[in-house]
Amino acid sequence: MVGVIIASMVGMGIQEESKGMAKPTLLFLWLFTSTGKLFSFVQFIGFFGPLIGIFLGFDAINRERVSRTLSKLASQPIYRDSIINAKYLAGVTTIAVVLVGIVLIISGLGIRLIGVVPGSEEVLRLAIYVIISILYVSFWLGIAILFSVVFRSTATSALASLAIWIFFSFFVGLGAGFVANAVAPINQSSTSAELVKNEQVQRTVSLLSPATLYNDATTTILDPTRKTTRGFVLVGPLERLSLSRFQNPLPLLQSLIIVVWYLIAIIAITLVCFGVCYLVFMRQEIRTV
Amino acid sequence: MHYSSGWGDVKVENHLVIEAEGLTKKYGTQIAVNNLTLQIREGEVFGFLGPNGAGKTTSLLMFLGLTEPTSGKIRVIGFDPTREPLRVKEKVGYLAENVGFYDDMNAQQNLRFIARLNRIPDKISSKKIDEVLTQVGLFEEAKEKKVGTYSKGMRQRLGIAEVLIKEPRLIFLDEPTIGLDPDGTNRMLDLIHSLSRDRNITIFLSSHLLDQVQRICDRVGIMIKGNLVAIGPIQELAKKKLGVEKEHYTLEELYMKYFKEA
Repeated sequence: MVGVIIASMVGMGIQEESKGMAKPTLLFLWLFTSTGKLFSFVQFIGFFGPLIGIFLGFDAINRERVSRTLSKLASQPIYRDSIINAKYLAGVTTIAVVLVGIVLIISGLGIRLIGVVPGSEEVLRLAIYVIISILYVSFWLGIAILFSVVFRSTATSALASLAIWIFFSFFVGLGAGFVANAVAPINQSSTSAELVKNEQVQRTVSLLSPATLYNDATTTILDPTRKTTRGFVLVGPLERLSLSRFQNPLPLLQSLIIVVWYLIAIIAITLVCFGVCYLVFMRQEIRTV
Repeated sequence: MHYSSGWGDVKVENHLVIEAEGLTKKYGTQIAVNNLTLQIREGEVFGFLGPNGAGKTTSLLMFLGLTEPTSGKIRVIGFDPTREPLRVKEKVGYLAENVGFYDDMNAQQNLRFIARLNRIPDKISSKKIDEVLTQVGLFEEAKEKKVGTYSKGMRQRLGIAEVLIKEPRLIFLDEPTIGLDPDGTNRMLDLIHSLSRDRNITIFLSSHLLDQVQRICDRVGIMIKGNLVAIGPIQELAKKKLGVEKEHYTLEELYMKYFKEA
């Protein structure tokens, strides 16, 4: 459903955008990154993807506890960690099916609407994008399952997961600006060095948020014309025009090199999150109080 | 079924299904179970009595390997439940107090899930599911109905069916008749009794409903504040403790005597 809406919306947008271009490069990826009328698919997943993870995981363990099936499960001849592993794997599988499904739907519709067949590099970029997205949503699944292990009530764990999501999605970005202005204040007469420092602090702080990590990584992967994860070049309109005219897309490998640290960070937080979840669950008393 | 240690073989020959020695469980500074030593023979119906919070459930969880004892030794059907929990859980059933089910599935689906967790292939389990449902008297009544619509008595019987599907040698029942109406209680007790009589399954029943325990149990153990204060056949214990020569003692007299002393 979401895929269909986005695809048609973006399809229209792309047709208009590409009108003036002599030779569009990597048009296919626009399907996912172009904002069309409202938002792009990538923005959509970046924003609502965490919610998919949270909804899949927030009642994983404590619902079994509330309905008193957990002690029954634990008394069957299975290892205790199978319970938590199964909960996590089931969630990850669902996430993978959903994301791959949506991407395929958009691709299919896109091919029909704009008539451009993706090249091998575009397919690879998309594949990497899907893998990062699965990992990222799984991170939120892990957060939600962790809360479902810690809190006895499903409502508490749902709210706690949502609170974390809101914090990382909105407040870290805001906070980064404040911190940067406090550490490296800038004003009208600031030198370029001061401006750079301010920007650097802001960037470093906002990278604490998994949402920023993910957004920066995916936009770079899907947009070959990007040469850094963030554009920090102050240019006039004419310069910008000439830049975009003579800009060549980066090869996939170069894009990957830019974001490789981001990818490692995303993989790490996902694994750490599941690890904590696993440990807490294994150390908990099975007994229902 | 194969046994891993020589010791296991010996114990099974001796027909001891549970052996506990100096079993202790502490939660922080609070002692839930203190130095519990007991032996249960194959085929007997053992009643584990005591007021709420006496450490009965904690003991059961330790026998099943769901909680680690602070100290002491346990052997259940020849295995150490802390070290080899799967061996124990393969052949030991546990019906928790107020057991829960997946309410949006019917009885057959619930049983199928448990059978799969016990690695019983679907072909075999289909037959077995009908068998155990018939045995607990739910086959006609409710096999297609969602478990969410079940009465308390039906839920308890479905709980027994779930335990039976793995063909256990030993069943732990935690307050199996609590909250049941008189008819439900009778059906439950008859069912438990028949399991022991017809299939030689050892039953370890934890309860504080004394008259019911007296009806079906061969031996009882009385647990008060984490200590096992008495263990043995009811009449024998009563004779020793109450000291009065009487044709028939009720368990209640005996229990209250111990309870007041403690």
